[in-house]
Amino acid sequence: MSERRPIGVHAVLIASSLAMVAPFAWQIVTSLKTLSSATRVPPSLLPEGRWDNYAKVFDLLPFADQFLNTVVMAAGRVAGQVLFCSMAAYAFARLRFPGRNLLFGVFLSVLMVPPQLFVIPQYQIMSSLGWLNSLQAIIVPGLFSAFGVFLLRQFFLGLPREIEEAARLDGAGPVRIYWSIMMPLARPGLVALGILTLLWAWNDLFWPLVVNTDPEKMTLSAGLAALQGQYQTDYPILMAGSLIASLPVIAVFVFLQRQFIQGIAHTGTKG
Amino acid sequence: MTTTAGTRPTRAAHAASKRRFRAEALWGYAFIAPTGLGLAIFYLWPVVQTTYFSFTEWGAFGGHTWTGLDNYTRLIGDPEVGRALVNTLTYTVLGLVGIPLAIVFAALLNRPGLRGVSAYRTAFFLPVVTMPVAVAMLWRWLYNGDYGLVNQVLSVVGIDGPNWIADPATAMYALVVVGIWSSIGYNLIIFLAGMQAIPKELYEAASMDGAGSVRQFFRITLPMLSPTAFFISIVSVIGSLQLFDLVFVMTGSGQSARANPAYARLQTVVQLFYERAFVTNDRGYAAAIVIALLVLIAALTVLQFRLQRRWVHYV
Repeated sequence: MSERRPIGVHAVLIASSLAMVAPFAWQIVTSLKTLSSATRVPPSLLPEGRWDNYAKVFDLLPFADQFLNTVVMAAGRVAGQVLFCSMAAYAFARLRFPGRNLLFGVFLSVLMVPPQLFVIPQYQIMSSLGWLNSLQAIIVPGLFSAFGVFLLRQFFLGLPREIEEAARLDGAGPVRIYWSIMMPLARPGLVALGILTLLWAWNDLFWPLVVNTDPEKMTLSAGLAALQGQYQTDYPILMAGSLIASLPVIAVFVFLQRQFIQGIAHTGTKG
Repeated sequence: MTTTAGTRPTRAAHAASKRRFRAEALWGYAFIAPTGLGLAIFYLWPVVQTTYFSFTEWGAFGGHTWTGLDNYTRLIGDPEVGRALVNTLTYTVLGLVGIPLAIVFAALLNRPGLRGVSAYRTAFFLPVVTMPVAVAMLWRWLYNGDYGLVNQVLSVVGIDGPNWIADPATAMYALVVVGIWSSIGYNLIIFLAGMQAIPKELYEAASMDGAGSVRQFFRITLPMLSPTAFFISIVSVIGSLQLFDLVFVMTGSGQSARANPAYARLQTVVQLFYERAFVTNDRGYAAAIVIALLVLIAALTVLQFRLQRRWVHYV
């Protein structure tokens, strides 16, 4: 009985995997067709090698600028969160100071609020600093994360105390212990936070859409939304644009699959 | 801490330990300062401000005046808000179908010795890492009434499919399918992690008692997985209530969105917030809309915590 059943399981899994992957295959096929052949009935299932659709995306949008903006934004947010969140997480996990639990509770309260509540005042801050349509606008609020502090604190709490105690007896202060002992030990946690931050930053739409409306200052997701606004029905171009915009994170996922999946699983297993 | 029987510390030692404690506390505050200040400026104070704004009306040039509960009374009588609320709740409830689906696929992938698990997992996970804007554009093309792949496939079996996203009768269902398609991989990974944490002995004991795999699934896997399912349900409801990206791109924005005949069936609360706050610059009213959203999210989360006693089993 158990000899035969895996075939049925595989049949279900293969069919459903196809349902997950087929839309992407169709996206690639369409991106390599002319508009007239993409809208032929019945359609041809083969691509046609119209690579110029990809070149056209760069003509219609300041795509290279938007790509760079997105890279800088994502890198900035990842670096900032990994550093700042790990510092706060270390303090909450290991250092004793009056008001620690109260402050941690205040940090956590940010997690309970839907992010739309922050947007109007954040927009006003950016506007009064003269930061609308700038890289700072899309990076700075994303440097701080209550989620990251929570995730890393759980990680630090799970680390053994012995090495730290030994270092303390040798006269190491909190900064040395944090930087040369805790950070290396917490690497899987830092990687998980970095990967999640990269994914969320790269794919973020609402905030970049609101603060950076100048096409040259937009991120890819806002730029794509704008592209669709103008070229509603030019599907081959839209498919080419959406493919190159989403490809970098997909590539990171393919290379760092194990860390990616562990990172995601961490969000579900709270201590 | 400082004094125990038998060791009476000298005054100097006492002072030294006090100094160390103060130094540790100062370092503690220093370490939390960057995130603490950032959260205070960009997250905590804005909550206070948004709450205040919800009681004000904004003029054309940015000034605002206190209008008391006006925004909230307007909110209650606004048919557009009512529609957005119904759409958002419909999407949220229908989207819950994705949870049992994810459990079934996780259970299939969790079979001991199954080959190709990582390939399947990659396939399910691909939409999770894809930019939502790209996902929405892709599905708008697949759902196209005349040339979309969905209708082309249906026509092979003789069905003349509708213009999915632009037809008021089908638009919401079409949207829910995309929502489930793009989130099932995330749920599946978490369920898989939950399943792998279930002690093997339970299954061994059950097989010795002669329970087959279906019975084991219902008697062991499902109850042991219920805390994970509860977590997923909380997270998905909160996420669904904030739906924006998919609808924003699928319906388009501004004039072209209004041209979509199904727009009134798709517009979500957050989309309405976006329009009031950043298109018509009616920010006081927009603030009231998100405060109402906060209340709704809190209420549904509390409700779920109340109901969990009925179905969640903690070991």
